[in-house]
Amino acid sequence: MRKVRVATTSLAGCFGCHMSFLDMDERLVGLLEHIEFSRSPINDIKHCEPCDIGLVEGALCNADNVHVLREFRQNCKILIAVGACAINGGVPAMRNHFTLEECLNEAFLDEIGVDNPHIPNDVEIPLLLSKVHPLHEVVHVDYYLPGCPPPADAFVKIITDLLEGKEPSLPREILHYD
Amino acid sequence: MSKTIKIDGVDVPFEDGQTIMDAALAADIYIPHLCHKPGLSPHGSCKLCTVDVDGRAVSSCTMPASEGQQIANNTPALKEVRKTIIQMLFIEGNHLCPSCEKTGDCTLQALAYHHDMLDGHFPQFYPRRNVDASHPTLIIDRDRCILCELCVRASREVDGKNVFAIAGRGIKRQLIVNSPSGKLADSDIETEDLASHICPVGAILIKDHGYEVPIGRRTFDLHSIAETDLEQVILKKTVHHDA
Repeated sequence: MRKVRVATTSLAGCFGCHMSFLDMDERLVGLLEHIEFSRSPINDIKHCEPCDIGLVEGALCNADNVHVLREFRQNCKILIAVGACAINGGVPAMRNHFTLEECLNEAFLDEIGVDNPHIPNDVEIPLLLSKVHPLHEVVHVDYYLPGCPPPADAFVKIITDLLEGKEPSLPREILHYD
Repeated sequence: MSKTIKIDGVDVPFEDGQTIMDAALAADIYIPHLCHKPGLSPHGSCKLCTVDVDGRAVSSCTMPASEGQQIANNTPALKEVRKTIIQMLFIEGNHLCPSCEKTGDCTLQALAYHHDMLDGHFPQFYPRRNVDASHPTLIIDRDRCILCELCVRASREVDGKNVFAIAGRGIKRQLIVNSPSGKLADSDIETEDLASHICPVGAILIKDHGYEVPIGRRTFDLHSIAETDLEQVILKKTVHHDA
């Protein structure tokens, strides 16, 4: 039987959701009998292939994030927003209290110890969005996995449910936002 | 003979003057609520205690109980309505639980868990409201304020002061301080006041007392929202943080 193909990525994330995914420990070995990975930070695949499930951690903070998210949406049958950032912007969205100019000035011009102060302007660098946004404001999201990060058990539960063709549900013990 | 109402098919006694909420709490029946606190006048702003009375949606905290009412409290439709209300409260403010000192002890969050809320559903407002850190022992973070007015009522009705009010209209409504400067430091609030402790979310906090309870031992790690709210009413001592 064909394995279920899973892609993962981190946008404005901290990689903590991926670490929590790996926290399923030896259960990952059993899971790998049923799933295989497309584009993910844990392999070398550069672009998202047509997939069954896309796991996206992190909010949207720059143009490249939006580009990658759209690639995932186009290629993944089921897209899951993973973690607080993907769901409501998370802690990075605290910068929405300030203008982008204020943030860039603080980091690259005014901060103590800045050498050769200038705001990076190479075309290779993706431009920041004026605000941080959750995923569902840009693409349709099929499921949400809350937590900062979601516990490993929550990853196991949602993926197992989907593999068994069930509607995913999170019992109260593994549902938290913090 | 005592008068009764029927909540989800159960006969619940009440006395004249009691609201549906009063009667339900006295009978240990949990109706979700956020802006209601026994001992303070009812408010009717959060709308979470909406129930169906003889086929009509009403706020149980303000609706007087009357003989023979047929009340539905636990229906899938009501749960969905309540979840939507909670989602509206979440996206209206900056409820970033991972960095909030009240996480695990927050009534809004516990209600969201209770209603299996996984996301905010609506676009985020990302409001930019002012923090007031002027007071030596208290702080107001207005991004988390849900306008329940518990602090307003506690200050007026219990503390005998008039520290807080809600000002503005529509989405611009916000918590203000009734001092000449508008700053909390220039009000007569004290740490011991009920108004300093009653905030159900992380909007009014005691300074220097964040993150003191280990994860797993916080109020809502140990108790469901239904348990804590019912215990307060029947005056059992809640043992939140110990043992």
